[in-house]
Amino acid sequence: MDVIAEFFMFLKSRKRLWLWPLFILLFLLSLLLVLAQGSALAPFIYSLF
Amino acid sequence: MYILGISAYFHDSAACLLQDGHIVAAAQEERFTRIKNDESFPVNAIKYCLSEAGISLNQVDHIVFYEKPFLKFERLLETYLAFAPSGFISFMKAMPIWLKDKLFLKKNIVKQLKVIDDSLDTKKASLLFSSHHQSHAASAFYPSPFDKAVILTADGVGEWTTTSVAIGEGNKIEQVKEIGFPHSIGLLYSAFTYYLGFKVNCDEYKVMGLAPYGKPVYEDLIFKHIVDLKTDGSFRLDMRYFNYCQGLTMTSTRFDELFGQAARKPKATITPFHMDVAASIQAAAEHIMLTLTKALHQEYQIDALCMACGVALNCVVNGKILKQSGFKRLWIQPAAGDAGGALGAAYAVWYQHLDNEREDTQGKDKMQNALLGPSFETSAIKECLTDNHLRFEELKTSDVHSKIAQHLSEGKVIGYFKGRAEFGPRALGARSILADPRRQDMPAVLNQKIKFRESFRPFAPAVLEEHAAAYFGLEVPSPYMLLVSAINPEFHIASAGESQLSGFDLLKVKRSIIPAVTHVDYTARVQTVNAKHHPDFYKLIKAFYDLTACPCIVNTSFNRMDEPIVNTPQEAADCFLQTDMDVLVIEDFLVEKMA
Repeated sequence: MDVIAEFFMFLKSRKRLWLWPLFILLFLLSLLLVLAQGSALAPFIYSLF
Repeated sequence: MYILGISAYFHDSAACLLQDGHIVAAAQEERFTRIKNDESFPVNAIKYCLSEAGISLNQVDHIVFYEKPFLKFERLLETYLAFAPSGFISFMKAMPIWLKDKLFLKKNIVKQLKVIDDSLDTKKASLLFSSHHQSHAASAFYPSPFDKAVILTADGVGEWTTTSVAIGEGNKIEQVKEIGFPHSIGLLYSAFTYYLGFKVNCDEYKVMGLAPYGKPVYEDLIFKHIVDLKTDGSFRLDMRYFNYCQGLTMTSTRFDELFGQAARKPKATITPFHMDVAASIQAAAEHIMLTLTKALHQEYQIDALCMACGVALNCVVNGKILKQSGFKRLWIQPAAGDAGGALGAAYAVWYQHLDNEREDTQGKDKMQNALLGPSFETSAIKECLTDNHLRFEELKTSDVHSKIAQHLSEGKVIGYFKGRAEFGPRALGARSILADPRRQDMPAVLNQKIKFRESFRPFAPAVLEEHAAAYFGLEVPSPYMLLVSAINPEFHIASAGESQLSGFDLLKVKRSIIPAVTHVDYTARVQTVNAKHHPDFYKLIKAFYDLTACPCIVNTSFNRMDEPIVNTPQEAADCFLQTDMDVLVIEDFLVEKMA
């Protein structure tokens, strides 16, 4: 979680906080992709995309 | 004070150790792992650097990584957003790697450092991050022989920057201009590399070698449709022709339509069309870089130029910059690619972060002829040769060079392993394969016996520095083999019927008195060898000169195709045994292949 907080501070300092929602969305999606590799979550992803 | 610079996780990972601003050691990880362009964390290179200094990681004052991962990630996010939804497949591939690994770079670096030295006190360790182009600019200026210079870095992309211009003076580097992603001369060249069926980030030099076989018939097309070049050298690419922002290929279908053909498949035949495309992108790259450097010279009125980054490895461009840009002095970081980022990051800490004074250069560079890698004890070499059942002769140091020169003059191919290994992509006489340049058949012999590489690629000469002007019209040193220059017409051989030949048939012509190192356009990628800076290699070439009146020899890297340059005596012995190399020289030991 330290990295996520650090990245938030980084975006803030770069005046790019508008990227934050995208980052969270991508983070959750990627988490899903990582977790889904060979797991029971895969059908859920396929139905999404 | 010790500073450890690290580059990794993209390509050519490397480590460099500075002690009080002096380079103690620098090495690329590929030399240890034997994986070409290895991008993994340079555990072995770091261990080597520490052993060269005789210190542990706890004694290193600052550890610095050569780029800033958050900035790079920000660029990826913005790029995906800009191209959404078309970049989704690329996103699916890249994001998990970032979110699992690359975003946690700091943690990963610490973890890897603990693997090297478990006793490392991570709370005390100072871990810093330099930006990509800051690292490259530092690698170009701080070890250069100039007190003041314009610094030009141009590559694919760093974090956001693809091309940067800075002014270096004393211990300060001030960036004055930059061109941002996705407009990149490096990526433009890489896109053509991809289109021509070669490996991106790896085989760009093959495009450069192929270019002289073709005619730049598509150069106008490139500037009409793809590149919008301004008079100050800044440029924009028409991104409709590319796919690297959002896809898994470098070029788009529109690009194929423009040139009238799909991209060449990697093993497919190289046709005159591919040669013309190579010639065109090379001519375009030269035009862009010359426009940029001429404008920089005019604007800043400084006569010295330093360069680093991937584009600085385009030796043909470099030769033209030297002769036509207006800059009188040019210095290029020998490890111009990402490996050199490790060295630059370390220098950036020493001079910029710690504000140490940069002493007068007195016109000398600090790269120690790029001989910054491992060397081996006589006992270890002897043991290696004995273990491999190789019958060797231990020569008197005074006899080594004349004996090798004799073998060279007899047309033998020699594996030469001497002293510390080179840092950077070029073999400069420490891990080299040497041959006689006067023989027309030598490129074919080298390719058939050892290198097995594409026949169209030229071999390079190493020449005694004092003869470089007469033979190659080079008035400045080129110790790192980074300048291409035309062979003096005085040494050309008139050849009837050459104008009727085209493509690879051009290889059949004997063009000069040193045909093995004369490319089809009568140029050569020259390494000048100075008696004071590289005494061993100088003595060897001098011995050949005394014997033959030819002041240069063929110098190519000591490796087989797609392998990194040899690093240890064992790897040299393996290469010797597994190829038809005639003679192996490791330090003062000489091994001849039994008939």
